[in-house]
Amino acid sequence: MLDVVQDYWVYFLIGQYPNGPLGGLVLTLLLASCGLVLALPLGIVLGLARVSPWRWLRWPVTGFVFVVRGLPLLMVIFWAYFFLPSVTGVKTDQFTTMLIALVVFDAAYLAEIVRAGIQGLPRGQMETARALGLGYGAAMRLVVLPQSLRSMLPSLVNQFVSTIKETSLGYIIGLAEVSFIATQINTQVFTKPAQIYLILGLTYFILCFGLSRLAYALERRLARRGLAVADPDAAPKVSA
Amino acid sequence: MPLFDYSLLLTGQYHDMLVAGLWLSLQLLVVSLVCALPIALVVALLRLAPVAPLRWLGFAYVESIRNIPLLAHMLFWYFGAPELLPEGIKQRLYEGHIEAYSAIVALSLYTAAFMAEDIRSGIRAIPAVQFEAGRALGFGFLGTMRRVVLPQALRVTVPPLISQTLSLWKNTSIATVIGVAELMYQAGQVESATFRSFESFAFASAAYLTVSLAITGLASWYHHRFPVRTL
Repeated sequence: MLDVVQDYWVYFLIGQYPNGPLGGLVLTLLLASCGLVLALPLGIVLGLARVSPWRWLRWPVTGFVFVVRGLPLLMVIFWAYFFLPSVTGVKTDQFTTMLIALVVFDAAYLAEIVRAGIQGLPRGQMETARALGLGYGAAMRLVVLPQSLRSMLPSLVNQFVSTIKETSLGYIIGLAEVSFIATQINTQVFTKPAQIYLILGLTYFILCFGLSRLAYALERRLARRGLAVADPDAAPKVSA
Repeated sequence: MPLFDYSLLLTGQYHDMLVAGLWLSLQLLVVSLVCALPIALVVALLRLAPVAPLRWLGFAYVESIRNIPLLAHMLFWYFGAPELLPEGIKQRLYEGHIEAYSAIVALSLYTAAFMAEDIRSGIRAIPAVQFEAGRALGFGFLGTMRRVVLPQALRVTVPPLISQTLSLWKNTSIATVIGVAELMYQAGQVESATFRSFESFAFASAAYLTVSLAITGLASWYHHRFPVRTL
C-alpha cells in the first residue's frame, strides 16, 4: 500500500500539473467550491421564487425543481455534455460541462433548503416587517432572509459535502478529478486495485467526515442559541 | 431526418434496448432495497445498543459509508474486492454477471447506511417511557424493541425510507460506470449507435422521472393514509 502512495501521491493530488492539465484531489475541491459558490445565489433566487406570492413565478420554478430532483445527476451531466455544444455552438470542455451540471443540480436542492429556511421562520417576522411599512421585497431582504440564511448554515456545509461526492461523477465524462486519477493509477499499477480504491475511499472519507463534523458542531451551536433549522428533513441527506 | 424520431423509441432494436435497460434498473432497485432494509435495521439497532463497542461499530459503518461517494464504492466492489477473494471463487464470479453483483453490493451497503439513520431517528422519536414500560414488563432489550418500540417507530420511519428509495432509484444510474447494462448505459449505447442523443436521453429522462414521481406519489399517499399520531 505504501509504495503505491510513494510513487503516485503527486499525480493523485494534482494530476499532470504543471506539465499538463490540473487534476486529482485539487481539481475535485476546486470543482466542488466553484459549484457551490455559483449555485448558492441561484438557489436563493429559486428558493424565493418557490415561496413567492405570484403564481406565474412559483409554478414554473416548482416544476423545474421537481424535474431536477427527480432525475439522477448523471442524467443532468449527460444532457449538459451533449446539449451545450449543440445549443451554444461552442465545444465546452469537461470542467465547464461538469460545473454547469453541478450548478443546475445543486441549485434545485439549495432552493429547497432556502424554502425550508424561510418557511421555518415564524410568520410574525414577515407580518411585523410588513406592518412597519416595508414592501414584500424589502421585508424579505432585510428581515426574513438574513435570519433564515443563518439557520441554513449547517445545511450549506452538508451540501458542500454532497457536492464533493457529486464531483466524482465527472469520472464518466473523463474529467481528471480524483476518482478518475485513481482509475488511471490502477491501470498503470494493475496489480493492486483493492489498495488503490481503499486509498481513494479514505481520501474522500477524511475530507467529508471532517466537514460533516463541522456541520454537526454548527448545528449544536445554533440550537443552543435557539436558531435550529425548523425542517431538517428538507436538507438533502443523500446524493451521489 | 425528422427532428424528433418517435419511431426509434416505439419499436425496433433500440426500443428493446432501452426497455431492457429500464427493466434492469428496476430490478437493481428492488433487489438492493430488499438487501438494504435488513442491514439498515441491524445497523440502527447497533447504534442504539446498550453496549458501547456495538454503538461504535454502528457509528463507524454509517460514517465510513456516507462520507465516500457511491462511485468510489462501486469501483472498489467491482475492481478491488474480487481480487481479494480466493482463486476458485474469483473464477466463478468472473464467469457470471460480476458487474451486476458488485453494483447490488455497493447500492445495498450505501443505501443501508442512510436508512439506518432514518430508522434510528424514528426509534428515538418514540418516548423513552415506552421502552422503560417494556423493560418493566420483563422483556429484554430485543424483545422490547420488537414488541413495543419498533411497531410504533416504523410508522414514523416509512416516509423518510420512501425518500431514501427515491435516492436509491436515482443512484442505480451510477452502476453504468462499471458496465451494468441498466437504463443509463443503454441510453448511452443507443446514442452512440444512432447519434439520436435527444431521443435516447429523452426516453431515459422520462423513465427516471416517471418512477421518481410514482415514488413521491407513494410517499404522499402514505402521509395521507397514515398520519403521524402524537401521544
